[in-house]
Amino acid sequence: MRSSDKGADKAGVITRPPSAGELLANRVFRGAAYGVGAATLLLLAFIIVVIGGEALPAMVREGFGFLGRAVWSPGRGEFGIAAEIWGTLYSSILALIIAGVFGVAIAIFLTQDFLPGKVAVVFRTIIEMLAAIPSVVYGLWGIFVVIPAIRPTANWLHDSFGWFPPFSTSMGGPGLAPAVIVLAIMVLPTVAAISQDALRLIPYKVKEAAYGMGTTRWEAIVKVMLPTASGGIFASLVLGFGRALGETMALAMIIGNANQISWSLFAPANTLAALLASTFPEAGDIERGALMYAAVVLLALTLVVNMLGVLVMQFTSRQTVN
Amino acid sequence: MLFRFAAAAALIFAGAASSLSAQSVRVNGAGASFPFPLYATWTQAFSQQNSGVRIDYQSTGSGAGIRAFIDRTVDFAGSDAEMTQEQMDSVEGGLVVIPATAGKVVLAYNLPDVGELRLPRSVYPEIFRGAITRWNDERIVAANPGVTLPDMQITVVRRSDGAGTNFIFTNHLSAIDEAFASEIGVGTTVQWPNLANFVGAPRNDGVMATTMQTPGALGYVEYGFARMSNTPMAMLENASGEFILPSNDAGTLALSSGDFSGDELFVYVTDPSDPGAYPITSMTWMLFYRNHGDPQVAEALRNFVTWAMDDGQAMAAELNYVPLPDAVKESNRAKIAEIQ
Repeated sequence: MRSSDKGADKAGVITRPPSAGELLANRVFRGAAYGVGAATLLLLAFIIVVIGGEALPAMVREGFGFLGRAVWSPGRGEFGIAAEIWGTLYSSILALIIAGVFGVAIAIFLTQDFLPGKVAVVFRTIIEMLAAIPSVVYGLWGIFVVIPAIRPTANWLHDSFGWFPPFSTSMGGPGLAPAVIVLAIMVLPTVAAISQDALRLIPYKVKEAAYGMGTTRWEAIVKVMLPTASGGIFASLVLGFGRALGETMALAMIIGNANQISWSLFAPANTLAALLASTFPEAGDIERGALMYAAVVLLALTLVVNMLGVLVMQFTSRQTVN
Repeated sequence: MLFRFAAAAALIFAGAASSLSAQSVRVNGAGASFPFPLYATWTQAFSQQNSGVRIDYQSTGSGAGIRAFIDRTVDFAGSDAEMTQEQMDSVEGGLVVIPATAGKVVLAYNLPDVGELRLPRSVYPEIFRGAITRWNDERIVAANPGVTLPDMQITVVRRSDGAGTNFIFTNHLSAIDEAFASEIGVGTTVQWPNLANFVGAPRNDGVMATTMQTPGALGYVEYGFARMSNTPMAMLENASGEFILPSNDAGTLALSSGDFSGDELFVYVTDPSDPGAYPITSMTWMLFYRNHGDPQVAEALRNFVTWAMDDGQAMAAELNYVPLPDAVKESNRAKIAEIQ
């Protein structure tokens, strides 16, 4: 006790008890951090309660049949979102496959010493700039560039391989295929950026050890680097999928917004987010309830995907440790 | 001493605030998006001519406009579709409905080699019902002698969002085609046939862009959008058997064949009888409170609508809206006095 008092009196000591001001600042900061954390949770709860509350009458009235019908006719009071659920999942999964292949390939290309460091930074910036393009611009680009560009190929595929279900209709204009292409480009920056971070986080000695054991570059990347970074790469895919599920404006412009379930890539389809965005402003009271029900389904879908992602991530990271 | 000073300051501020509000009246409206370009021009011109009055109109869609009107969060609303009886009953302070202008829904098509396209009234409802899906269908060919129609699928471009345009269009198709009425019906959102040749696009501009980009497309849009993008429009056969190209005059003729003498608040001319009338013409309405509660706002609204019926109608034609016939303007003048 006495010795510490002495120490505090001396000038130039390293340790001293925190002053009242520091204690106060500490307490305020801790309070603010807890408060902001709690506010985030409260906000989520509030959103769920409000949307759930507005959806409840429709949920009671429509029941689970809502999820199995493909019709949207407010005039007759018939609602169902089977086509939208199908379109949302079909378009998001296809877009994720494309964005996953390209995104991971880009991440490998930019992190595994294929390029001089400065050039890699330029590349990385360009890909991240894709994320800054507004959704509406992607939609317009889809209408004026993508659709005319793929129409001849699409119609050739339909004429030649029409027996194959994904090519079973000809392509007039908006439809699933252009939507998937645009969606893949929109998801690409997310996948590429997070995969790059995951690959860059691997300590250099891991790669050196792999080369030291006599692996080729290809073997080092495929057998050592990718498995080690698999947790981060998987996280990038889950985040990308989440983004694809919720993407709205570009899809509303180019997917064709038809309430039908079809394997065909060239037929118009619809997604939950596009349905919400396009029908909400003019919706009457009953239709609003049904739209809120659709919003709850979209929320649940996103939640399930994210939770599945976390589970699989834990599973894969455990495996790589072994 | 300090207290007295504060009280005096408060008085001065209060006085300034009340004299400020006496000078400037703010009026808010919301609703239908189809007449928005016209209403925006009107409110701007009127606010410029009448210092101290500022009117704003937000394009939120008819449904949202009616909701805001019932909730009393706006001073007036715009709507392309009629209100239900339940909605009308729930308006506190009573309802005054005034037709403000009218629009035409046209069929824009994308067939590069076809300069003039005639669609008989037995054919175009069938296309939108999904019963006719090819351009060289014999019923279309028969109506267009001398025109080579391609062997091509008709890509029907429809609105994907709920819209007054949908209501106007399906209201007309249901009036002239029983099969359409029973299969699809009337509404701001309807269930179109689940066929691969039907694609949806958001808003008038989305339908226009998709139609222009898709060879073989046929889309329905408001007249102004097709006019501004120079897209060819089909001539439609009216009730008298004449093929009529959309124009403002043909729209006014359509309205003048309507009967506006009755007590109906929302009058439609779903199938005009005049030989020169363009068949798909419909009015859009402004909704006001019979008893607004704020006399200054009510007075500003009366002046605004009176002006819109007078000078405003000339602006309507410039912006590709249909100027109202005299009979409608006359009955409107009587209704304006009811806005209190």
